[in-house]
Amino acid sequence: MSEKRTEFRRMMRRYLKSPTNVLGTVLLIFFIIIAILAPVICPPQAGQDPFKIPIATWSAAPVAPSADHPFGIIGGRDIFYGVIWGTRSAFKIGLVVSLISAFIGVIVGSISSYFGGWIDEILMRITDIFMSIPFLVAAMIMTTILGKGLGNVMIALIIFGWMRVARLIRGNILQAKSEQYVLAAKALGIKDGKIIIKHILPNTIFPVLVQVSMRIGSLVITAAALSFLGVGAEPGYADWGTILSYSRNWMTELSKSWFAILYPGTAMVLFVLAWNLVGDGLRDTFDPKMK
Amino acid sequence: MTAYIIRRLLLLPVILFGITLIIFSMIWMLGPDRLLATYVKSPEALKSEDAAERLIKKYGLDEPTIVQYFKWIGNIAQGDLGYSNIAKKPVQEAIAERIPYTLELAMWAIIPVIAGGIWLGVISGIHHNQPLDHGIRIVSLIGWSMPDFVFGLLVLLLFYTILGWFPPGYLSYESEAILRSAEWTKYTHMATIDSILNLNFSVFIDAFRHLIGPILTISYLWWAYVLRITRSSMLEVLKKDYIRTARAKGLSENVVINKHARKNALIPVVTVAGGMLVSLLAGVVIVESVFNRPGLGRFTADAATQLDYFSILGSAMVFSVILVLVNLIVDISYAFIDPRIRLS
Repeated sequence: MSEKRTEFRRMMRRYLKSPTNVLGTVLLIFFIIIAILAPVICPPQAGQDPFKIPIATWSAAPVAPSADHPFGIIGGRDIFYGVIWGTRSAFKIGLVVSLISAFIGVIVGSISSYFGGWIDEILMRITDIFMSIPFLVAAMIMTTILGKGLGNVMIALIIFGWMRVARLIRGNILQAKSEQYVLAAKALGIKDGKIIIKHILPNTIFPVLVQVSMRIGSLVITAAALSFLGVGAEPGYADWGTILSYSRNWMTELSKSWFAILYPGTAMVLFVLAWNLVGDGLRDTFDPKMK
Repeated sequence: MTAYIIRRLLLLPVILFGITLIIFSMIWMLGPDRLLATYVKSPEALKSEDAAERLIKKYGLDEPTIVQYFKWIGNIAQGDLGYSNIAKKPVQEAIAERIPYTLELAMWAIIPVIAGGIWLGVISGIHHNQPLDHGIRIVSLIGWSMPDFVFGLLVLLLFYTILGWFPPGYLSYESEAILRSAEWTKYTHMATIDSILNLNFSVFIDAFRHLIGPILTISYLWWAYVLRITRSSMLEVLKKDYIRTARAKGLSENVVINKHARKNALIPVVTVAGGMLVSLLAGVVIVESVFNRPGLGRFTADAATQLDYFSILGSAMVFSVILVLVNLIVDISYAFIDPRIRLS
């Protein structure tokens, strides 16, 4: 146990040596604090869904930032409230979609490499087929068919988001099959299923976690892009892409609506950057080639 | 080698069949009522009480799913993708008109994406873990973390609203008038190429000015990707024995980097370039919408917001077929270039 702890500590020290990794971690902690404190920073109105941005004015025209509404108003909605509660939406989209699709990918990949033969061939061709429809286009059609709403966006992203992990896990298991510790376990007469779950998966799961952390950012961007195009979350939902989509109506007068792009845009770039830096750092730390 | 190519070619129909299954199941998920709406041109058609049921029968929307699938696939085989309500013409015609715009953008954009990405990646690799490396990585990672529509809007704000240099859209009114005139020959339907072939350089400059905004957006967003691959392959190559030998021979650092390291570090970059062209083609959906470029991407986005189901499904079909074919060509040509690929 203590050996594992020293190993972990050594990894952490290597991870924290790079200033870019530290920057990513600090940014991520900052967003976690904002997400936790959202009800304190922007208390929702009693009896209202906190993810609905309260209506500040009935006029659709953008209102420049003021003391009451520090980030301004667009489409009648307070941008500050949307940016703060949008942090929770971003975490929800990123974590739920990436974890569930990774879970599906692990199952498909394990079954494929465990059974091999025809089952492997069929599952991998299904994976190829799902991969041959461009992700954004596929997600766009799926949300158009399922209807607006963040839940439907997440379903669409999961349906077309599990394939990479499936391939990764399959490749890793196939490689691990011929390694010494697996051969040793086989020689001891341990069943194949148990070998996969107890011996192979714990050794191959790390690249998956790295990929999960690296995908969270791009998932948040894709969800926001769907909202921006008008097929994502419903209007007034506390989500960065939704606020940005309001500015689409004011594109010819960007000088009047700059704050509706700047604040949610900055929040999103920093959020995605945080995950990308952390993912990059984790990969550099744990990929033996990079040592 | 031959076995590999034959296997890939045999798989092609399987993949295409799978794509039709996915797209058809999306049509099936729409249900007869929403599908009916795509056929009805005016509210009068639904005036009488049993009109909806009659139309559902007429278009065969109540038939068994399998029958509907074969009818649909029969139409596709004849090149009939349905009628587009937003373009007011058959979907296949609407798509064919828009492909040159998208292809033109992707072709011009891939040049700065690859050249800039490689250049930055080599610098980053040489200065591994030094301030310059961190700086380049942060700046390009910000680009990678930037949603395309946010950066596109910022480019518009700076270069169009404030500076007035690079307008959105496709061409100015003057150039469009020239394109419609009798002496203009449309060789490729891409204004930048056609203008060179027609020897009309004012149109070329105008078309190119409209391209700069989207190209800037795409390049900045994609540099991090090329950079990351170049950088890590550069790091790997710099550790090789032949680099140590080159240094031991007393060659200057410049010669070692330019003659020995960079050439070998570029192999993995070449491997991803083909796949990247495909991603670029699909990635233009947003960029075209922001910059108001009348390509296939904007058509797909417009179709999605206006619930024009046949247009969006047709575009998805075209995007997927392009993706599959390009991937096939890329994979087979790599098998020729790099014998190691054939083995796996």
